[in-house]
Amino acid sequence: MNTLPENTLKTRVPQEKVDRIVKTAPSRYRNEIAKYIVHRSLDCERCGKCLEVCTHGVHERKPGFEYFGEPNHHLCIGPSCANNGHYCVAQCPKQALQIRENPMYRALGDCRWSADLVLATWKMAETGEVPSAEYDYNYECGDSGGGFDKLRFKFPDRPPVKLDANQIDTSISLNKRKDGRPEVKIDVPWYGGGMSFGSVSNVTQLSKARAAVAWNTFTCTGEGGYMERMRPYDDHVITQVATGLFGVREETIQRVPIVEFKYAQGAKPGLGGHLLGDKNTPAVARMRETVLGISLFSPFPFHSVYSIEDHMKHIDWVKHVNRRALISTKVSTPTDVDMVAVGSYSAGTHIVHIDGGYGGTGAAPDIAKKNIAMPIEYAIGKVHQFLAAEGVRDKVTLIASGGIRSAHDIAKAIALGADGVVIGTAELVALGCVRCSLCASGRGCPRGIATTDPELCGKMDLDWGTQRLVNLYSAWRKTLVEILQRLGLRSVAELRGRTDLLMHLDYTNDVPAKK
Amino acid sequence: MPEKYHIKTQPVPPRQPRIGKHGVVDWREDCARCHNCVKKACVYDRYRQEADYIRNLNDVDALFFECMGCFSCVQNCTKNILCLSVNPTYEKLGNKYWKPDIIKTTWLQAETAKIPVSGAGYRGPFSGHGFDSMWTDMSEIVRPTRDGIHGREYISTSVDIGRKPSYLSLNETQSVAGLPPLVSIPMPLIIDLSSPAHTLPKLDAAIEQTAGDTGLIAIMDSRYRPADEANLENIAFYLGPDSPPVPDAILKKTRLVEIADSPAVAKRIQEIKKIHPQIVVAIRVELTAAGIGRAIELAELGEVEVIHVVADANGNELTAQKPRFLKDMIRQIHTTLIEKGVRDEITLMAGGGIALPEHMAKAIICGADLITINLPLLVALECHLCDSCQPGSPCPARLEQIDSKYAVGRMTNLIAAWHDQLIELMGAMGMREARRLRGDVGRAMFFENLEEETFGKLFGTRKVAL
Repeated sequence: MNTLPENTLKTRVPQEKVDRIVKTAPSRYRNEIAKYIVHRSLDCERCGKCLEVCTHGVHERKPGFEYFGEPNHHLCIGPSCANNGHYCVAQCPKQALQIRENPMYRALGDCRWSADLVLATWKMAETGEVPSAEYDYNYECGDSGGGFDKLRFKFPDRPPVKLDANQIDTSISLNKRKDGRPEVKIDVPWYGGGMSFGSVSNVTQLSKARAAVAWNTFTCTGEGGYMERMRPYDDHVITQVATGLFGVREETIQRVPIVEFKYAQGAKPGLGGHLLGDKNTPAVARMRETVLGISLFSPFPFHSVYSIEDHMKHIDWVKHVNRRALISTKVSTPTDVDMVAVGSYSAGTHIVHIDGGYGGTGAAPDIAKKNIAMPIEYAIGKVHQFLAAEGVRDKVTLIASGGIRSAHDIAKAIALGADGVVIGTAELVALGCVRCSLCASGRGCPRGIATTDPELCGKMDLDWGTQRLVNLYSAWRKTLVEILQRLGLRSVAELRGRTDLLMHLDYTNDVPAKK
Repeated sequence: MPEKYHIKTQPVPPRQPRIGKHGVVDWREDCARCHNCVKKACVYDRYRQEADYIRNLNDVDALFFECMGCFSCVQNCTKNILCLSVNPTYEKLGNKYWKPDIIKTTWLQAETAKIPVSGAGYRGPFSGHGFDSMWTDMSEIVRPTRDGIHGREYISTSVDIGRKPSYLSLNETQSVAGLPPLVSIPMPLIIDLSSPAHTLPKLDAAIEQTAGDTGLIAIMDSRYRPADEANLENIAFYLGPDSPPVPDAILKKTRLVEIADSPAVAKRIQEIKKIHPQIVVAIRVELTAAGIGRAIELAELGEVEVIHVVADANGNELTAQKPRFLKDMIRQIHTTLIEKGVRDEITLMAGGGIALPEHMAKAIICGADLITINLPLLVALECHLCDSCQPGSPCPARLEQIDSKYAVGRMTNLIAAWHDQLIELMGAMGMREARRLRGDVGRAMFFENLEEETFGKLFGTRKVAL
């Protein structure tokens, strides 16, 4: 407290600790969606052979019962089990068992988030581990047919340097300006994206905050104001100053280590924010200081910013109000995103956060989600190279978001030139989102994640939500460490801009690496 | 400043049961009768409304179709007897180009007149064929209005149709001489001729009324006679090679007419202008292999005011083995006309394959002044595009039974939703005028360019066709 510079909030509340411990956090639903389903026919004589051979716990017979319960379909690894001698179907003396792909599988997921990716993310959130290869989940990419989904790492047959997992550093520094402000370091190269109270429940927001504490990273308030319940996590919160200025006060700016100016967002670049009237509940209206039940628009862009000089004026204001804060500038990906990034740097930002056109968690016009601004895969390299050409690449942190779904996407984004990434949808999937896209309709998310409806919010418990995210982060970090190990890199910082380690499935990949 | 363009709309519910993407299959024979049925907890009350559906035998499948696909009931059922599936009827909608998603979103817009909004980010492929291989730009700082796109100021979507001389000439009395006529419409959209398979008297009357209500123009067969003569301003008769002539008195009340392309177009234009000097004449050019060349050739004729290029319903070049797509054909015509120094003098209308509002904006960015549509309006009336419009074949949308209020309401709603979405895109781009959007490829990003600039440099030559 005594070391805090002047103009920093003097009324800090005690900060809460959250342990970085992985614990199993099974689905909060009775029936987990499975890739394969196991069918037991009436021919079963209940001999128990299946129970004996299965090493995954698919079959279950409660003590004292003669009959088997419903198989744990989601634990079944499918027909690939035939290769390992534990295949219940082959060993059943009455041929009473069948395994087939779940017909429901087709109804889950989409091009960007394939059903495999959704299930693998659930599995990681449940166990904190990378899903076993036996499950045959293709979770390293989606089915979108471009961008990250066509990029692969060129892993050498043998790592050039043998590195122990403990030797690998996945932390990144968020302040490269050396301007006397704190050297903020996060332990993993990602932090949670802005989801405002109103668009998501406070359980969701708090789960994100607590996971950020556990992993020494950040979450972001979004632009819906700063919940009092977030205060025990102030040191891991980025507060957003967006065009609607909902809930922005000097006091909230003084609470946090990072303040983010949101100019645009990937879901609706150039269109501002829009909270539908149904979600403007009494609590939301109070927080945002608005009238209950009306749609809330955040205009685009800032009414007081017409130029980089105006942007600088804003940054100076926040830097004065909070002498320890780093500044992040969140923009989308127009064709001149490289110029915007350099302009933001020159205005004094510490973090340039570019949010690609395919991103977003909340409600947005379909036409905007699909058509406006370039996908992040193109923007990262463009900005990275331009910052380097301008000689300022090592003086600013480049954060990418908008379609980062997995640890593999994170690694690819960093290899393309980002320092780190911001994630959003992946966290919601870990909390049980099925991407039904109904966040905006009526009472909001039927899964109780992106809603402020009291009944729906009750579907999720804070400890469970926190644990799911802690587990997901753990599995992601393990994956990232494994990627770095295989590439022989000691730190995630060494991966930045290493496009020579990537290949694209649609290209000849015959460009000699630059020395 | 001209009056703000506003289309009056009201919700028009569908006549047929909705066809949703998902449905829950319910295996009732294994039900445990647990009295804690998850169906009661459906956020959308779909099961609670079950009895209503069952009473109406025409709508028995509506319950199945109105599932929102959230998996909540499936995952909570104590006996695990519910299964969510993709609705096979949904998958049969449309065709390879007019995908089920397009049909569904068009139905929604025709019902509500609202911009479709959803959460959880973009769900589709990275890029795709035709219009899906380009993105529109946005501006971080500059935009036309400080009050939001639906605020006090506004974005003009009006366009002018006709010949625009590149310079003015003064006559002996020092006044501007011989300015060709121009037709202004409030939105860069014209309702095109219906295909013969979809021609219904009721439909024509509804199209006429929709054009009148929205202030747009509908191209109609020359035999059509409007119920309300006041709507003649919103009708452009199509004079094909075999069309009977339109009586002079009627033609004089219209502002635009379209003629079929022929070697004698110049003469034909003169004949029409003789009857009605203030009429604007458009020439319909089919985009066959010779279509692009012909459009360019016509643009260089002094008499030609408007060229309407038309691809097939899927936006493809007609009668070609390896057809080019409308977007690329528009770009070729537009750039060639710029090179020849005549682009600003003629109006280019483009049709065929315009299925979504973003196609309208993208076709204009590629070089069209405005676009023409007909199939989206048909889909607005719940057409499945099943392509079985034969006499005697049952129409799943029962188009022969539409009434005027329904049809005009649905088509007007769709046009209003498209207009709002055009404004969304233009607002994000920082554009105040649809006229200035034409050919402004700087306001778009093309897949092939971004790939080359980003991945081409890093990974060599692209092996897979764009």
